[in-house]
Amino acid sequence: MTRNNRPRGLYTALGTALLTLAAAHAADHPTAAVNTTGLAVTDTTVVVGQLHSATGTMAISETGSIQAEQLAIAQINAMGGVLGRKIEVIQEDGGSDWPTFAEKARKLLVNDKVAAVFGCWTSASRKAVLPVFERENSMLYYPTFYEGLEQSKNVIYTGQEATQQILAGLDWIAKEKGAKTFFLVGSDYIWPRTSNKIARKHIENVLKGTVVGEEYYPLGHTNFGSLINKIKLKKPDVIYSIVVGGSNVAWWKQLKAAGVTPDKQTILTISVTEDEVLGIGGENVEGHYSAMKYFQSLDNDNNKAFVKAFKEKYGADSVIGDVTQAAYLGPWLWKAAVERAGSFDVDKVAAASPGIELTTAPEGYVKIHENHHLWSRLRIGQWQRDGQAKVLHESELLEPNPFPEGYQ
Amino acid sequence: MEGLTLEEFGAILVMQGFNGLSYFCVLLLMALGLAIIFGQMGVINMAHGEFLTIGAYATFLLSWLSEHYAPWFMPYYFLLAVLLGFAAAFAVGHLTELALIRHLYRRPLDSLLATWGLALIMQQGFRSLFGAREVSATLPDWLLGSWQPVSGIDIPLNGLFVMALTMLLTAGVLILTYRSRWGLQMRATTQNRVMAGAVGIDTQQVDRFTFALGCGIAGVAGAAFTTIGSTGPTSGSLYIVDTFLVVVFGGAQSMLGTVASAFSIAQASSILEFFMTGSMAKVSVLLTIIVILMMRPEGLFRANVRR
Repeated sequence: MTRNNRPRGLYTALGTALLTLAAAHAADHPTAAVNTTGLAVTDTTVVVGQLHSATGTMAISETGSIQAEQLAIAQINAMGGVLGRKIEVIQEDGGSDWPTFAEKARKLLVNDKVAAVFGCWTSASRKAVLPVFERENSMLYYPTFYEGLEQSKNVIYTGQEATQQILAGLDWIAKEKGAKTFFLVGSDYIWPRTSNKIARKHIENVLKGTVVGEEYYPLGHTNFGSLINKIKLKKPDVIYSIVVGGSNVAWWKQLKAAGVTPDKQTILTISVTEDEVLGIGGENVEGHYSAMKYFQSLDNDNNKAFVKAFKEKYGADSVIGDVTQAAYLGPWLWKAAVERAGSFDVDKVAAASPGIELTTAPEGYVKIHENHHLWSRLRIGQWQRDGQAKVLHESELLEPNPFPEGYQ
Repeated sequence: MEGLTLEEFGAILVMQGFNGLSYFCVLLLMALGLAIIFGQMGVINMAHGEFLTIGAYATFLLSWLSEHYAPWFMPYYFLLAVLLGFAAAFAVGHLTELALIRHLYRRPLDSLLATWGLALIMQQGFRSLFGAREVSATLPDWLLGSWQPVSGIDIPLNGLFVMALTMLLTAGVLILTYRSRWGLQMRATTQNRVMAGAVGIDTQQVDRFTFALGCGIAGVAGAAFTTIGSTGPTSGSLYIVDTFLVVVFGGAQSMLGTVASAFSIAQASSILEFFMTGSMAKVSVLLTIIVILMMRPEGLFRANVRR
């Protein structure tokens, strides 16, 4: 044996010792006991799936979620995994195409027998995979804030449903700015329309204000000059904006160019996070408000550690938006549920999920509700030129209510 | 519309008028390159949007470079970016013609499929090179905000810039087409390729330059559009439908048709959007165009070309 081989021998010995240790932990939970339904679980590993768009138009938004989930899984593995088993990931690409999402979901569940899936971003992709998850009985951890009106035993919604994001934000702006008149703007599809419907009910019935206009533009629309003039004609106290995608960039750039600046016009949006500001440019949103549950600038120890770890892994220039943080919660919530259930079986994990609390979440404390959504807080952030938000307001812990009465 | 004084109403009218003109310039700028390629050469270039994106990314790169290495250059970089956008798109267009397009001149449907594939490849290329997220070029201050001739009227500075650029470029293209030696050769090649070759015009050379020029103009448009729109791997595809609409509606062979068509589509959209909802305005404009094209399949203007 040469000298060079000695360290390697040492590492092998160390590795064996560690493996034995892990196996010993896993031995407390024999595979036959923690996996009675034939999932891809061995004595040392458990396989999960990741299903997002890494290509196509939605890659813009979903990249952050992919990164955050992988960070969480790496951290969990560094802590010893779940029930003594290392998490292995099979990543599939939905390619921004909804039938592809359904097909890949079936592949992950039927062929790969994954224990859980972290994925989807748009409501359309979630609606496409939902029947697959319900038929094959598996768990999906869905990160995006969305329009609500849905609840499934097989999905944990780690983002906010509409009422959590909308009501507290409107309350704040009405109180803070004395706002009475609102102009609602959105891209023309289900999320903005449902959200604005809830916003309108709240403005008219609770805040006793008026909606002076409600306008929708096709996805990908790039010329907002006429709309901006129309808004100037109505002189609303607040513009409430839910424009998404490439349109969003055009909308904000043209607002700025038309002299719609924060000193003259208040704008509140629920479709701009740090990710979007990268594309819009801080100079174009400076001074306007977003209502989100998470901002990268949140000042707490959990978040500081999370931001540091994220930047170490993905570069100092990377930014973290609301959905990216919600995606980060997915693997942690699944781990907590599995450990509480003492099993990877989907039925047991689903049953163990309600009531699970996470005190280590970057956004602060969250808890899974009976309806599989999260209790969480709403924050109002004011955008700064550097693309970060200054958090001005933090709500109480809000109960998720995906089927709000009187708002439909 | 209570609570609105006559002056305010007048101000909105002026701004709405400017909006129509500004949208006209945007449409014309994005269609100009395609009008040359599709109109003059008959190549259906589905990758036109991606050539726009090249210009946009060139602007972003230059903005990033000057922000990090030469802050004093920030106020001026945008003018250089327009030139760089042209050069980059021109070069890629030149290569594309050489490698792909010249094999497809007599097969318009195949060229549609091939350039569609090229568009997908280029999109994924941008994604691999610059990342999937959108980026934003930091604009110089003279392009931000609005100009207020009188209080109450805001004229967007980026709109003025796009307008000036469009006029310069359109004038340049018209002069090049109708007053230069190359323009003469191009028109000769379009009208009768065999005859043009017989009198000593290097038609291959003319084709290559024409295609590259069309792409280069798309690059300029892309650079200009960073002031009003997004820069991302698929940003170009936001413009492709409208671009074809303008060129086809105007009459494929006619430059003047493209101008007229951009003007009428822009004014119609701008006015309709003001009085209806955005989605309904779009539907109405498209329906009108379909009806007009059913009655005049060759578009607004018809050039007499011997086939």
